[in-house]
Amino acid sequence: MTTKMFGQRVPRVEDPRLLSGQGRYLDDLGHDALEVAFVRSPHAHARIVDVDVSAALDVEGLVAIYTYDDLDGRTTEPLPLLIPHPALTHGRTPYALAKDEVNHVGEAIAMVVASDRYVAEDVVGLIQVEYELLPAVVGIERSRDGGDLVHADVPGNVAATMVQEVGDAATMIAAAGHRATLSLSIERSASMPMEGKGVLARWDPDDESLLMHTSTQTSTSVRQAVAAKLSLPVDRVEVVTPDVGGGFGVKIVHPWPEEILVPWAALRLGQPVKWVEDRREHFVSSAHERGQLHEVEFGYDDDGHLRGLSVRFWHDNGAYTPYGLIVPIITSTQLLGPYKPGAYRVEFQSLYTNTVIVTPYRGAGRPQGCFVMERVMDAIAADLGLDRTVVRERNFIQPEEMPFDHGLIFQDGRPLIYDSGDFPASLAKLKALVGWDDFESYRSAARAEGRQVGIGVACYVEGTGVGPYEGGHLRIETDGSVVVSTGLTTQGQGHQTMLAQIVADELGVSMDRIRVTTGDTRRFKYAVGTFASRTAVMSGSAVALTARKVRAKALRIAANALEASVDDLEIVDGHVQVKGSPGSQIDLGAVAVLSNPLRYAFDAGATRATQFAAPADPSVPPVPENDQPGLEGTDYYSPLRSTFANGMHAVVVETDPETAEIKILRYCVVHDCGTVINPMIVEGQVHGGVAQGVGGALYERMEYDAAGQLLNASYMDFLMPYASEVPHIEIDHLETPSPLNPLGVKGAGEAGVIPGSAAIAAAIEDAEGFAIAAMPISPSELFELRRRHAGR
Amino acid sequence: MTTASDPASAEALHDVTLTVNGVFQQLRVPARRLLSDALRHDLRLTGTHVGCEHGVCGACTVLIEGRPTRSCLVFAVSADGASITTVEGCLEPDGTLGDVQQAFQDCHALQCGFCTPGFITTITAYLEDHPNPTEDEAREAIGGNLCRCTGYQNIVAAVVRAAEIRRERTAT
Amino acid sequence: MKPAPFAYHRPSTVAEAAQLLAATQGKILAGGQSLIPIMSMRLASPAALVDLNHVPGLAAIDVTSTAVHIGALTRHAALEANDAAYLANPLLRRALRHVAHATIRNRGTTVGSIVHADPAAEMPAVLRLLGGIVEAVSSERGHRSIDSADFFVGPLESALQPDEVAVAATFPHPPGGSGSSWAEISRRHGDYGLVGVGSLVVLDEGRRITSASVCLISVGGTPVLVDVTDASSGTTYDAVDWTAALELVDAAIDPESDIHATAAYRRQLARVLTGRALAQATADAIARVAA
Repeated sequence: MTTKMFGQRVPRVEDPRLLSGQGRYLDDLGHDALEVAFVRSPHAHARIVDVDVSAALDVEGLVAIYTYDDLDGRTTEPLPLLIPHPALTHGRTPYALAKDEVNHVGEAIAMVVASDRYVAEDVVGLIQVEYELLPAVVGIERSRDGGDLVHADVPGNVAATMVQEVGDAATMIAAAGHRATLSLSIERSASMPMEGKGVLARWDPDDESLLMHTSTQTSTSVRQAVAAKLSLPVDRVEVVTPDVGGGFGVKIVHPWPEEILVPWAALRLGQPVKWVEDRREHFVSSAHERGQLHEVEFGYDDDGHLRGLSVRFWHDNGAYTPYGLIVPIITSTQLLGPYKPGAYRVEFQSLYTNTVIVTPYRGAGRPQGCFVMERVMDAIAADLGLDRTVVRERNFIQPEEMPFDHGLIFQDGRPLIYDSGDFPASLAKLKALVGWDDFESYRSAARAEGRQVGIGVACYVEGTGVGPYEGGHLRIETDGSVVVSTGLTTQGQGHQTMLAQIVADELGVSMDRIRVTTGDTRRFKYAVGTFASRTAVMSGSAVALTARKVRAKALRIAANALEASVDDLEIVDGHVQVKGSPGSQIDLGAVAVLSNPLRYAFDAGATRATQFAAPADPSVPPVPENDQPGLEGTDYYSPLRSTFANGMHAVVVETDPETAEIKILRYCVVHDCGTVINPMIVEGQVHGGVAQGVGGALYERMEYDAAGQLLNASYMDFLMPYASEVPHIEIDHLETPSPLNPLGVKGAGEAGVIPGSAAIAAAIEDAEGFAIAAMPISPSELFELRRRHAGR
Repeated sequence: MTTASDPASAEALHDVTLTVNGVFQQLRVPARRLLSDALRHDLRLTGTHVGCEHGVCGACTVLIEGRPTRSCLVFAVSADGASITTVEGCLEPDGTLGDVQQAFQDCHALQCGFCTPGFITTITAYLEDHPNPTEDEAREAIGGNLCRCTGYQNIVAAVVRAAEIRRERTAT
Repeated sequence: MKPAPFAYHRPSTVAEAAQLLAATQGKILAGGQSLIPIMSMRLASPAALVDLNHVPGLAAIDVTSTAVHIGALTRHAALEANDAAYLANPLLRRALRHVAHATIRNRGTTVGSIVHADPAAEMPAVLRLLGGIVEAVSSERGHRSIDSADFFVGPLESALQPDEVAVAATFPHPPGGSGSSWAEISRRHGDYGLVGVGSLVVLDEGRRITSASVCLISVGGTPVLVDVTDASSGTTYDAVDWTAALELVDAAIDPESDIHATAAYRRQLARVLTGRALAQATADAIARVAA
């Protein structure tokens, strides 16, 4: 038998290439292309009075300088608002190059094309822009007061107001035995992949076609957008995603201004043009996320059951809203986690500020929601003197209540219905893993040594695998190898390995005969993209369905050749054989030959399929009706709604009584992503997510000053954790398969990051004895909090 | 040191010789050409990656005379005459994965792979002086390189595993 | 993030370097680990660089009976690894381990770090604590020795003149009976210290403290040297109470708030780390006497 691959710790097929320096990331391509640099606004809010390029024109190597006035056709329009929503009454998007106003530091004003990036930057330095400064609106409070406006035509800076309610929360809270309120905030961080964005465009004048490489999370949609903006027929545009050095959400946004401008310039100049974002550009002209303020009111009974929950929050969406309301909608729905809220009302406002745009970063609004809900659970426990895990258990949705309908609309426009999960079992596993019940004795022992420790727990539910669909194409070549493609893209998640594992099992071929391509529109044109922990669910299911289809065809052709019944056949190690009679077999390559009736033989193998090779039934055409030549197939998976993964984290911290340093002593994870295709890859995803959670809780924040200058736009001062800051992570799995897809899988990509701030805040609170209401928290802030509490 | 002037540019060009992965290389570059760019774009050794260009992330780390060095913090002209090892040079002579590279695959110590070359070179040099690191030492050894994907845990494991592979390979 | 063009000069002697520096009004390139990032960000665009890396003889580490002498091309890593220097003056290695990450130390030079005069950098404070000297050469005025007490003028500002090449630095050995330590807290391992404290404590034969001093980083525009001898002198090592020393330090520093820490938090760290550093230095002195 062929070894089963699904569920195995299969080494990644991507690795040898990436490890030996043979990866091909965006800047590894197009060495001879012209290179681009941008004049970007140094001001957060200003009118552009004049752009003077005269001092720059004599620079050797300069090819072109473009401003808004040079744009033509649909490139002069604002960039698309990707995800419209009825509540987004005042959506605004930027122009590819600023037209007459800039709304954040870093907004592109002029594009310089030159012989190389060094020269392009020389030119940028010589272009003089005259500005008329406008008041900068920075921070949620400043935006909310509405005194100054980001966009003159958006009253109160409010892009959207949205309300969802299930039951009558106000009445339920008023009627509850206990009531409380919390004010909670989370600050901005960012995806910050190690590779920034980048675009390479080549226009072929003979073929009248555009080939574009971009470091994106969605090549198919970039293709559509570029064709539309450049007024090219879609079939003259192909978009290829090369190796991508991490995405974490920021690269799902599209088309970035540069994704329009670079191909536009390539077309205009008739030469390959490349732009590679540098780190400083990435800080000020990509996207951030997380900044939100929350006012929470809740009522609960004597046993700690939540009776009603009302949340108002304010979401800082930055200068524009190209990605719609996805992040705050996710916060507002996923906030509920594994709990029944009683009645629930949520209202949010999405507010403009003169800062970088806000779009999903791994977790996408969930870390904020989880922080809110878990602070509520801890507040109830503290008030009633109950164990924090007991309060959680009492509020859990029970496994027998699945599927559980929250009565809300989720980010995909479909009902928020949990499909699976066993929250009590997950919590029991977590308590055992971290030693929850023994912690008080550990605390006492630590205290005796003068050490101060605390423990925290946080639970989340994550809607994954959102639609609308993904597809797969699979072809068995005449040499027996299998070529698979799916349209969505890869940024390091091991999709090629994971999809090959699925195909290996479905088709009965070994991994080394399977090649998987992702994110190349030349290979697969219909796709959505890689986001929302959806690849295993969506493309995994689509590729499995496709493989089943091709398998059926292979068996049908082989049955004919072997003069056997389809039901008696199996595929073992690339050979179709009669069950129990391995002598009677045909390899899949030969089946592929037979699937394609030939007139011309090009090699010995092909001879089998030529017209005189074997007697044929003269009453049916060589390619029967409803059939096609070739051993290939395409299929799609489109789910009714999202599938919901879940997990729980427990953290033990030590806080230094003198220096307020915060050290994570233990970090424990219980994770349920349904059936696991490759545990090694899933654990890797959890590790990476936790590291970003730790970063977001203790180190990372975007520090804007009141004028809208980002004060820490470098790796020196934006403190992404090194190995020295990330704890060892202990993981246990629970598998509750999803009933919604053929593989039983649920997404795993984002999970690890979600409860980081919630769990770490809880642990610090437990160590310190006072509430933590704002994250991230630095030692300096903890020190100041101590002073404030000591002064009371 | 010879200096020439590129007819298309006012900028002086300098002849630089480097030995990269054992191969003698001659380039003619402006003084401001960063070593990272010279390796990547002049020599087309694109395994060395550029993550921040201000010396913090470590993705561009190469070995200069065997010592891990940020190639974005060295001008190519200043490295004239140096012997350099990049990730491409960390393969075995027969082209199979080197010990550190193999350990990275074994331990799933890479995801997107962008930061990986800087880790491979750093660890390759580290193991020369520390053939048998503990986990804590391994964590310290990679403390100057940023990775946004892995959370480092599997990289720590890979350092320990690489030391094992190196011992196995030298024993046989 | 690419540097602006500059004229490149590669002298082969110090005299030639000094001459080129004066003639071009450029900057010296040694390790480049501070200079190149700010050039790539175009926060600095010197018209010319004079590259010392090909001048022979500047990378030496000379440990004499009185001092550790290093050249302008002595990399941090080389000094850190040098056992003779460590034996004579363990503070060098102890502090160097806090200088950025090992990879930066492989290229960065200790003299370059001193000349850069970053008030958050370790080695300027070590030089100041030990009463070291920077040797400078100018083509016009020749050689001069600059005492560390005069060298650090302000943030990123030293007494070195634009036409002077810093060719060497001297770290005098701490006196017999002394112990030293370096204590530092940074946000991430390898980052600039939020506060760092170097300490030197000298005991007499009766294990009484005869002198004690600390030098702090990130709490003022230059390294802040505080002589705390009066707060402790005459006391034996095991009876010492450093409280008064902490008050002296608190009075001497002037920390600022920034995005990483408030001034009050830096004061707290200065107190805590001073206490720790003095205790460690005292313990070190005892251990060295015993050894």
